[in-house]
Amino acid sequence: MSQEKNMSDDQDVITGIKAPVYLKYNFTAGAAPARFLAQIKKGVLTGQRCPKCSAVYVPPRGSCASCGVATEEEVVLSDKATVQSFTIVSIPIPGNPIQPPYIIANVVPDGANISFIHLLSECVNEEIHIGQRVQAVWKPEAEWDYAMDNIRYFKPLDEADVPVDRIGKLPVTGLEG
Amino acid sequence: MKQIAIVAYQQTDSVSDAGAVNEVELIMPVLARTFKQAGLKSAQDVGFTCSGSCDYLQGAAFAFVAGVDALGAVPPIKESHVEMDAAWALYESMLKIRMGHADSALIYGFGKSSPGELPIVLSQQLDPYYLAPLWVDSISLAAMQARIMLDRGLITERDMAEVVSRSRRNAMNNPHAQLSGDISPEDVLAEETYLSPLRKADCCPVSDGASAMIIATVEQAKAWGLPYVIISGIDHCIETHNLGMRDLTDSVSTRIAANRAGMNAGKVDVAELYAPFSHQEIILTRALGLDEGTSVNPSGGVLAGNLMMASGLSRIGEVFNRIVKGEARRGIAHATSGPCLQHNLVTVLEQGENA
Repeated sequence: MSQEKNMSDDQDVITGIKAPVYLKYNFTAGAAPARFLAQIKKGVLTGQRCPKCSAVYVPPRGSCASCGVATEEEVVLSDKATVQSFTIVSIPIPGNPIQPPYIIANVVPDGANISFIHLLSECVNEEIHIGQRVQAVWKPEAEWDYAMDNIRYFKPLDEADVPVDRIGKLPVTGLEG
Repeated sequence: MKQIAIVAYQQTDSVSDAGAVNEVELIMPVLARTFKQAGLKSAQDVGFTCSGSCDYLQGAAFAFVAGVDALGAVPPIKESHVEMDAAWALYESMLKIRMGHADSALIYGFGKSSPGELPIVLSQQLDPYYLAPLWVDSISLAAMQARIMLDRGLITERDMAEVVSRSRRNAMNNPHAQLSGDISPEDVLAEETYLSPLRKADCCPVSDGASAMIIATVEQAKAWGLPYVIISGIDHCIETHNLGMRDLTDSVSTRIAANRAGMNAGKVDVAELYAPFSHQEIILTRALGLDEGTSVNPSGGVLAGNLMMASGLSRIGEVFNRIVKGEARRGIAHATSGPCLQHNLVTVLEQGENA
């Protein structure tokens, strides 16, 4: 065996190197999301209907994920919705400016068949339940952009609960419509 | 061992900017045409689905998951993905069929390279400690490879220009081509150098698009009553990521893959080679020992349009089309990945009984 010292004995252990990655992209949302975003900038929620199974998707991505076909038909939706599921967030999430406790929920707007995730507020957290009727609270019109947070949150409506088997099946006119 | 055959292949046009379409919108039309060609309705009608794509291209995380929305995956399907060219998705699909887990498979690849700076994006596939932090782009690496070839007298700039000229002229018969035209080698040589010694024409263009294929066991292909082309061999081989350790003037991995895939068991009528740079077509042609008896890149190859993550699958699809049309009986398709032809896959295709 060589008596020479192994070179690595004198070295500090390297636990990391800095190699920052900067890549620039001209991102495009897609044709279907672009149509949705153009409408939400005007304060209108729109979905797209599958020509095969008639399901209305919101926000639309351009296809019916079940059937694998393009969703061309645009459908105007209500900003009234039904809570399909929810959770009360009690711990702070790093980077999230919203102070806990707060509620995130799957809500289905009237006229759509698919839920999307948004915030609930102006409510007693412990009283929120599945089937609860809610309505969008919009930012002032001057602040509307191509963004989901044009809707600040959904707040409870004083309407009868939707039976579980009818959630996601309401017409645009709501439970009584 | 069950013989596996290709029964359908489609691709989009190769375009420099597909505009405001997302992954689903890019894939769906080409999938619809592929299903129609095979007489199928959706991914529900095949036993396995596998795609190839790379989220770095369009800069959208998990873009390949969004792509599943194009499949009609309700009820759930058996599905997989490779962060590679879809030629490797074909490889995975063949293993799935050979293991007896499926009788047929849908393979698709898609790439939207236009949103980013592709040569820079590709620098991030290099070794993360020594090379990626230097931002060495894919064209610069290819230029160094070409420089070695020229300095050793293995090629001349005119040889490279002839490759470009043949690509442009062949591409005039390819309706999906992005670059085509009656361009002479002199026209190419009159161009200024871009990244010396490469001219822009020596480099494949940046393209957006997708391609898709359906394969099946020969029994299944016959049951469907479709013309089919047999995949008689497929293999792939990779070289070290350390560019200094490679002989960049040869493609040893391509030659090994081709031998293992059985290329030399018969005459090669047609070869579609994934050569993103003109000098690389010469490296590949020599590594494979192809002569005048083989028509090389009759589609124009990827110098006419390079759908990242789909071009390798498209090479296989182009050979399938030639054999189905009766223009060839036997051919090979080559796919590549990584800098300077690092990782190479070779597929051997042969006429089926009713092709």
